[in-house]
Amino acid sequence: MAAPIDIRRFTGFRALTILCLVVLYAPLVIVAIYSFNDSTSITRWGGLSFKWYFDVFSGPEAPKFRAAAINSFTIALGAATCATTIATAAAVAMHRTGRFRGKTASLALINLPLMVPEIVTAVASLIFFISIGFKTGVMTIFIAHLVFCIPFAYLPISARMQSIPDSYEQAAMDLYATPWEAFRLVLLPLMVPGILSGFLLAFIISLDDFLITNFVKGAGIETLPTAIFGSVKQGVKPNIMAISTLLLGVSVVLVTLSWFVGRAGQSKR
Amino acid sequence: MKTILTSTALALTLASASDAEGKLSIYHWFEYIPQELLDTFAAEYDVEVTMDTFDSNEALLAALKAGKPGEYDVAVSGDYMVQIMADEGMLNTFEPSELANFGNIQDQLVDVSFDPGRKSSIPYQWGSTSFSVNKEVYGGPLESLSLIFEPPAELKGKVNVLDTSGETLTLASLYLDIPQCSSDRDQLKALNTLVQTAKADWASFGSDVAKDVLVSGDAAAGMIWSGFSAKARGEGAPIEYVFPKEGMIVWMDNVVLLKDAPNRENALKFMDFLLEPENAAAVTNYAQYTAGVKGVEAFLDPEVANSPESNPPEGVKGVFVEACAQDVQEMYDAIWTNLKKLA
Amino acid sequence: MAGAAPGGASRSEIYRGNGPRLMLPIWVFIGIFLVMPVVMMAVHSFLTKEFRGGVIWEFTFAAYDQFFFDRGLFGDEPPKIEWTYIGIFWRSIWQAGLATVFSLLIGFPTAWFIATRKPNVRPGWLFLITIPYWVNLLIRTVSMKFLIRDTGPLNEFLLWSGVISEPLSLVNTNFAVQLGLFYSYLPFMVLPVYAAVERYDFSLSEAAADLYSDNWTTLRLVILPVVKPGIVAGCILVFVPSLGAFLAPDLLGGAKTFMIGSLIEEQFKGAAGNWPFGAAAAMILLAIVLGVLLLHAHAQTRVER
Repeated sequence: MAAPIDIRRFTGFRALTILCLVVLYAPLVIVAIYSFNDSTSITRWGGLSFKWYFDVFSGPEAPKFRAAAINSFTIALGAATCATTIATAAAVAMHRTGRFRGKTASLALINLPLMVPEIVTAVASLIFFISIGFKTGVMTIFIAHLVFCIPFAYLPISARMQSIPDSYEQAAMDLYATPWEAFRLVLLPLMVPGILSGFLLAFIISLDDFLITNFVKGAGIETLPTAIFGSVKQGVKPNIMAISTLLLGVSVVLVTLSWFVGRAGQSKR
Repeated sequence: MKTILTSTALALTLASASDAEGKLSIYHWFEYIPQELLDTFAAEYDVEVTMDTFDSNEALLAALKAGKPGEYDVAVSGDYMVQIMADEGMLNTFEPSELANFGNIQDQLVDVSFDPGRKSSIPYQWGSTSFSVNKEVYGGPLESLSLIFEPPAELKGKVNVLDTSGETLTLASLYLDIPQCSSDRDQLKALNTLVQTAKADWASFGSDVAKDVLVSGDAAAGMIWSGFSAKARGEGAPIEYVFPKEGMIVWMDNVVLLKDAPNRENALKFMDFLLEPENAAAVTNYAQYTAGVKGVEAFLDPEVANSPESNPPEGVKGVFVEACAQDVQEMYDAIWTNLKKLA
Repeated sequence: MAGAAPGGASRSEIYRGNGPRLMLPIWVFIGIFLVMPVVMMAVHSFLTKEFRGGVIWEFTFAAYDQFFFDRGLFGDEPPKIEWTYIGIFWRSIWQAGLATVFSLLIGFPTAWFIATRKPNVRPGWLFLITIPYWVNLLIRTVSMKFLIRDTGPLNEFLLWSGVISEPLSLVNTNFAVQLGLFYSYLPFMVLPVYAAVERYDFSLSEAAADLYSDNWTTLRLVILPVVKPGIVAGCILVFVPSLGAFLAPDLLGGAKTFMIGSLIEEQFKGAAGNWPFGAAAAMILLAIVLGVLLLHAHAQTRVER
């Protein structure tokens, strides 16, 4: 007997979903389109052109943005690598070592960077680095990024581990594998999808950060977001739109990659 | 695991070690020096140049205080800020003999009140601060600061104001005809009331956007520096730079040698480089202010040299922003904070 | 949370005894580079300000006094309650709250719509919702500013289509800030609500329908109470980052509308140069946020019992 009304359907929800997607995508699509604008005036359309992309790579501001991009990607790579390593160790401790003192507190600590507002972390880091006489620069940005990347790396790894029973490792150890061998040869390969998507999330989060970086960066050191911010304060220029579109492309590719890695991991089981 | 950690950390430490020779770190106003000129300097002296930018004299001071000494070699600072920085012990000194082109400084700019005899600074550019009005929006007479502080109906809600206490409050004081660094309570209260009331008619506070809002039409009137206004006009804004009858601010920006400059030698080379008439003229052609160096005329773009913004009519009053004593300055800071914090 | 989840895998003790050692890096990095800095910030909020940036190591309550009490322009009037900073906090809470409400109004229907699609297409929909979140926040905010400026594409489109005859002034308004916050954190609302709706047992709705309840009544009386934890989680995930946001007010609000983030930034990067006051404001923000989270955690444990 069919229900007289479809209990899953609400009038207008489809329209609101479409509205939601339009709101989310419209600004990005518009900027991407205008980055191909031939006109120097950003609001008038002057035909299709790639000239702002050439400008990004060979224009007068190219060295500045190249240096910023190198900083951004080096820091993101370093911070994501370290954060993923630390997070993997933490996830193993959380899911494979039974009870130990400070376990609950450790979990709270892992999640702390998510709970403290970004502006507070930024101010606290600045005060800290100045107080201990640390020279602000690439190193301070790296340390700050590493800290807030940890929870983002931890979440997918921990989620993945939750679904891996320890019977494989038990079996390995029954066959005289040491714990280290059981971890390295059995558990680690099973964790790879989680680790990869954790790494990619941490990488993007580091690449994304503006506020904290802006507080702890030193003289003459820029990352892409701070360089872009410096430029857009004086008005949105077409070359900024081109850089934005490129960075947008990088993010989309990385997220898509992370998504497919995650799904591949799921379907294998 | 640990190896990855340590090696990454090591790599980053090496990457950030910046004490090597052949570097120069500049702290400069935004959009105030052509990149080509920096490239020329870098190529000529084989020096790696890095530059950060700021958008107000106060932000310069705050950033230098928040940073560690020895981060930058040179900064570009407004007249009154040179004095404040000297009082704070932030400046280094040099002998005129250390700069081959010291003699190129225009004679009247050597013995300036904020740095008598030029012990720590050289002139960079000078210009004025006033405001510009979009003539398509407002057709009335362009002569008074009232257009900013008590705007007519056409300009209400369309005014951009520089996001810096020094210049904004000084122009407001000129409008009210009260002295700078006043500690008279009634005068300070009047100043406070004026800006608080005017704020309702202002669209935004922004220094770095001052040109862009006039070009894009987001603002129809805006406080702005003379050269920046000329650039806005060059980019198609239908505006006129106003020389108000109440007076305007004149200023002199200077390249200062910072204390603990890690690359003092290169800093002096850079200062010397900027005293070459050709290079000073390159800055003027780019930023459209006026250089303080002898012999620039031959290298100037005639359009820049003759721009209405840089050639005020006879009889316009120009005042320098004064550096107030700390207790007085704190009251002006309070007015500014009050202004900015209220909705 | 993850570690507390029941089930065999989490309870495993296969590497028993290695827990503290494996956790050590967490304690070192987050302990030294986040907990310590926050402690030092707390200390700084009780120090004396140095004129134009910096601190003098003398203990004082001046920063908190300045925050809560108004002693007049010249500092010698009898103290009154200072409403301006409380006002900035209140306005930030209000702005963040409105952004949260907007997000819920759009996010709930979206989450519901996705959760009622066929299981094999749901991940695709979710993916579409999450992509924009991973795009640089700065770029998204700038894009929004470009879209809604007076002479921007939105106004041109509306003028062209005849919906309006005068361009809308959207940039530099409170609405623009709310729009920016809403836009920044909308995915944070959709995801937890989706997770809750996906677990929702539709036989409850069927039972309600059998009792002649129409869909909207069922939504109000049956569905919302059941998926409430997801909604609350979504609201917190939107509200908390909105509260301390810096980019949206700075770029979309014309730096004229002070919010908590810009107030604090001004103390360190801007002309104000009052570090203890900035540290105190940051402490108060931290207290509010941790308060909200504790309240949530408390409510959650009560529900679980």
